[in-house]
Amino acid sequence: MAEHKTTYSGLLGWIDERMPTLMSEYKKHLSEYYAPKNFNFWYIFGGLAITVLVIQIVTGIFLVMNYKPDANLAFASVEYIMRDVPGGWFIRYMHSTGASAFFIVVYLHMFRGLMYGSYRKPRELVWIFGCLIFLCLMGEAFFGYLLPWGQMSYWGAQVIVNLFGAVPLIGPDLAIFIRGDYVIGDATLNRFFAFHVIAIPLVLLGLVVAHILALHDVGSNNPDGVEIKAKKDASGRPLDGIPFHPYYTVHDIFWLVLFLMGFFAILFFVPEFGGYFLEWNNFIPADPLTTPSHIAPVWYFTPYYSVLRAITSEFMVVLAVGLIGMAALTLMTISNAILRGAIAVGTIVVLLGFFTLDPKFWGVVLMGASVLIFFGLPWLDQSPVKSMRYRPGWHFWLLIVWVVAFLILGYLGTQQPTPTFTLISQVLTLVYFAFFALMPWWSRMGTFKPVPERVNFKAH
Amino acid sequence: MPVDEERRKAIAVAAAVGGVGVVAAAVPFVASFAPSERAKAAGAPVELDLSTIGPGELKTFEWRGLPVWVLRRTPEMLQSIKKVDGEVADPKSVRTQYPTPEYARNEFRSIKPEYLVAVGICTHLGCSPTGPFPGGVNAQLGNAQGFVCPCHGSTFDLAGRVFKNKPAPDNLPVPPHKYVSDTVVLVGDDSKA
Repeated sequence: MAEHKTTYSGLLGWIDERMPTLMSEYKKHLSEYYAPKNFNFWYIFGGLAITVLVIQIVTGIFLVMNYKPDANLAFASVEYIMRDVPGGWFIRYMHSTGASAFFIVVYLHMFRGLMYGSYRKPRELVWIFGCLIFLCLMGEAFFGYLLPWGQMSYWGAQVIVNLFGAVPLIGPDLAIFIRGDYVIGDATLNRFFAFHVIAIPLVLLGLVVAHILALHDVGSNNPDGVEIKAKKDASGRPLDGIPFHPYYTVHDIFWLVLFLMGFFAILFFVPEFGGYFLEWNNFIPADPLTTPSHIAPVWYFTPYYSVLRAITSEFMVVLAVGLIGMAALTLMTISNAILRGAIAVGTIVVLLGFFTLDPKFWGVVLMGASVLIFFGLPWLDQSPVKSMRYRPGWHFWLLIVWVVAFLILGYLGTQQPTPTFTLISQVLTLVYFAFFALMPWWSRMGTFKPVPERVNFKAH
Repeated sequence: MPVDEERRKAIAVAAAVGGVGVVAAAVPFVASFAPSERAKAAGAPVELDLSTIGPGELKTFEWRGLPVWVLRRTPEMLQSIKKVDGEVADPKSVRTQYPTPEYARNEFRSIKPEYLVAVGICTHLGCSPTGPFPGGVNAQLGNAQGFVCPCHGSTFDLAGRVFKNKPAPDNLPVPPHKYVSDTVVLVGDDSKA
């Protein structure tokens, strides 16, 4: 191998001669990573998500130094951190506020993707890694929520583990296997602790690296949905690209400062955020014999929780009608005989299942589907252009209708179930799924505007 | 150079044997998730003393870490159970997901009509219902008497039978139990010996 001749001097030169990877990777991912020059506000959330990830890891390490994963000691050890450990309250509130902040940032990051078609070819893998990161985050949040061993920790875990009990045949045994006991107990707490502090964080970090590497291979999308790599200058740099560092590092740091101002305002003045970030019932130690009179998951899980609650035996008829409608629409669109047969058979099997298996099982299935359906977006969206800017105006309003449905489902998930609320969440569950299920049809419809060759950009 | 088929075969065999080893090594890791011997031992039967329960009163005992309810029902409460036979999903307790012991497969779901012994865990997703509520007090129960699950709004009558069109598919489980004397019930063991 030819000897690497460094162009750097001093310490950096010494390192570069021995490990050229350092500077070549720095260039590839920062100083010579060309990002579109027309990024707007919506492009700050990836950087913010990394910041929150760092906050969670650092505060998490310090929490573990005082926390005890033992059913008899856990609750008291958290209160010990809050009251007796110097600065403990600050570290713990940073971790709990960070959990909610993570979901706020990630939801906005995903909304950006929906608006500008960032999941479309060639960024399908970027999107899939992102969805996997989202699943890991949900796992982290769920496993972590058991650790304070309060009433909400306990009964929240009880409900979610029992979701697996809805699986036909093996359900009840599977739930015992997950808990390691007949009820949520010490064994459950210990294994959830292991998942929360080491297993999932390792996977999460790997996925974050994969997400960024895949993104940097294909290049970032932008609000116009124009591929900047299509127009390059003589030296091979995209004409509409600017180096990520220093341009976007400075841009991101500006917003990071504003974000941290909000973050610490919450931390210092409303750390429980009205019972949404830390639920009141979780200040009561876990009691396996009494369920609190009102239990609800933390806010970031409530939209899916509403979907779960919406599925009752009466609603199965509506679902069956919807499924038959979808099957009919698909059969009219597709001409391949084998595919048509498969769809017809699949529909009949699922229809039979609708009325033989418990609605409880289908509630669990639909709740899972409401999360997993995000994976399908790159293929569900058949629009000829990526960005909402060049799609028919009503496409954007459809997206807003879906977002509103998502938010109302989220609100209903925090409330006690009443017949009216259940009815509303049933209607919104249909809206939620129809948005995705009908996307292959509606995303092609309407008049699309011409997409420019270069990005829209006005210097400030 | 031509492919050495002998060596290819050797590689395949080595990989297969190695794979078996990896699978075998995974077994104890997976098995470690099952309840430990200590957890199993904690599931021993417990004796409940019914003599301290007043008429119409509910008392909660612990068995296997589960809340076991004993509800001493008044004649008026038993009447309320008869009234809702048509409104509950499984009036005769014939479903098998959480099988009701044979001696409790009756209208009142108990050995003695006066005492209901049931696990106070909703068959939907495992919350513990609240109650008993008298008629006309709880919006979800309406005029019926019974229990309400705070999590997803399932309602049960005073025999632990789930009302129709609720998230919970099954009646509240009746644990295996037997009377060892007039006022003492053994929960966790119903052998006749």
